[in-house]
Amino acid sequence: MLDLDMGAYAAFVWPAWGISALALAALVVRSVMAARRWKRELDRLEGGK
Amino acid sequence: MVFGLANPDRFMRFTRPLMPVVWAAAVGLLLAGTWLSFTAPEDYQQLDTVRIMFVHVPAAWLGLAAYVALGVSSFFALVFRHPLADAAARAAALPGAVFTALALATGSLWGKPMWGAWWVWDARLTSVVVLFLFYVAYMALRAAIDDEAKAARAAAVLGLVGLVNLPIVKFSVDWWNTLHQPASLLRAEGPSMTAAHLTPLLVMGLAYMMLFTALWLTDIRTEVRRRRVLTMRARAAQEA
Repeated sequence: MLDLDMGAYAAFVWPAWGISALALAALVVRSVMAARRWKRELDRLEGGK
Repeated sequence: MVFGLANPDRFMRFTRPLMPVVWAAAVGLLLAGTWLSFTAPEDYQQLDTVRIMFVHVPAAWLGLAAYVALGVSSFFALVFRHPLADAAARAAALPGAVFTALALATGSLWGKPMWGAWWVWDARLTSVVVLFLFYVAYMALRAAIDDEAKAARAAAVLGLVGLVNLPIVKFSVDWWNTLHQPASLLRAEGPSMTAAHLTPLLVMGLAYMMLFTALWLTDIRTEVRRRRVLTMRARAAQEA
């Protein structure tokens, strides 16, 4: 049974999950963007050989 | 097998088909772990704050595990001067720092309602702050030295020194009288948690581990490509 009512502890539980979700999402976005950038650059240089 | 993968070309070929699988597993486990975390019953003592444990404990595990990856890779980078080992050490630093910071922040959010304090300077919390500072120092040192080879060697030495802190973090709750509770899972008498709370914790732990693996492998692959680009640019500049 899904329980989203954190009662008196909502001010602690939701920020803990919120900052975790935000920080992990930021790590993923940074990693994927850097991967795309350097793959594109390498493909460009190798294509120009 | 492991040493064969130290060849960057072989590493890139070997990991390429793995990447979608690892990313999909990370996302799937995170969704499953989140569902289990909010369908688990309240704890009889911690009530709803037990749900903070499902993000706090995995973050702490991965903060330590990422440093093991950083330290062992630093050892291979320093002893064998292998560029892939250096790339692996570098790629573990940022995710490790973020997981450690999350462990500190979510622990603080659990500490206030349960201990009545956002922070106490006990041995476990302090040694985790030291772990975070090692990550920050590692990244700052790499960023401060322009010569990448020199930066890699200096950072590898610092990475190795930081390994000393890991047993202190792990055993601080046994060696000193801390407010932080001792281990709940790895105990001679077995886990002290009920299955209803152990299952979401283990699934979230597996999810964080898979997410770190996905981030780590992606960042190592990016670092291999970045170095190839820099080498090609340097060659082109010499020829021009």
